[in-house]
Amino acid sequence: MNIRLAADAFDPWQEIVRYQTEHPALAGKFGATAVFVGTLRDFNQGEAVQAMTLEHYAPMTQKHLERLTGEAASRWPIADMLVIHRYGELRPNEPIVLVVCWAAHRDSAFAACRYVIDELKTRAPFWKQELTGKGRRWVEQEK
Amino acid sequence: MSITVRFFASLRERLGKEQDIIDCKGIVTVADVWQACARIPVPDNVLAAVNMEYARIDQPVQDGDEVAFFPPVTGGAR
Repeated sequence: MNIRLAADAFDPWQEIVRYQTEHPALAGKFGATAVFVGTLRDFNQGEAVQAMTLEHYAPMTQKHLERLTGEAASRWPIADMLVIHRYGELRPNEPIVLVVCWAAHRDSAFAACRYVIDELKTRAPFWKQELTGKGRRWVEQEK
Repeated sequence: MSITVRFFASLRERLGKEQDIIDCKGIVTVADVWQACARIPVPDNVLAAVNMEYARIDQPVQDGDEVAFFPPVTGGAR
């Protein structure tokens, strides 16, 4: 189980390959890999978005990500899990979040991946500030 | 004998500070912590945490706690 908060841009696909390479014990243990990648759009709520700053409460974020991945691992038989979440300033098309679940079978992999991303969105303390043509705005309500 | 108080995102900007360290004398609940730091009533949608756990406004606090106040977290639409 690996959780990382990243200040800099990352390539989710390279991260998956690297993780599997660095964890050779995983090989042969999984038959399914479910992946979710969240990426910054260049539009939101009718406005063109030039950049987004993600603020977070680092120790609380880490604690809650560890807890909810732990919950997923106790609910479904997971071989391993990788979560990477950006913070700081992002540009459109940059990945925001990566969730990878390796499991023996796809039902568990999909379910655990879905659980982690859905729970993360409501429980992890992140706040978005967008930069649009009209200036900076906090995203306080999602539509 | 102190409580560390942290503010995030739009609330940090509204209050003009990201951190306070307050004397815990006379402080019983999260609401007391807010009153010791801010001159405005607790905004309706503000969330609180005590030692990195989500907390109610009437939750007790102790010497050495870290209390945080922040707007709703924004994870994105499904």
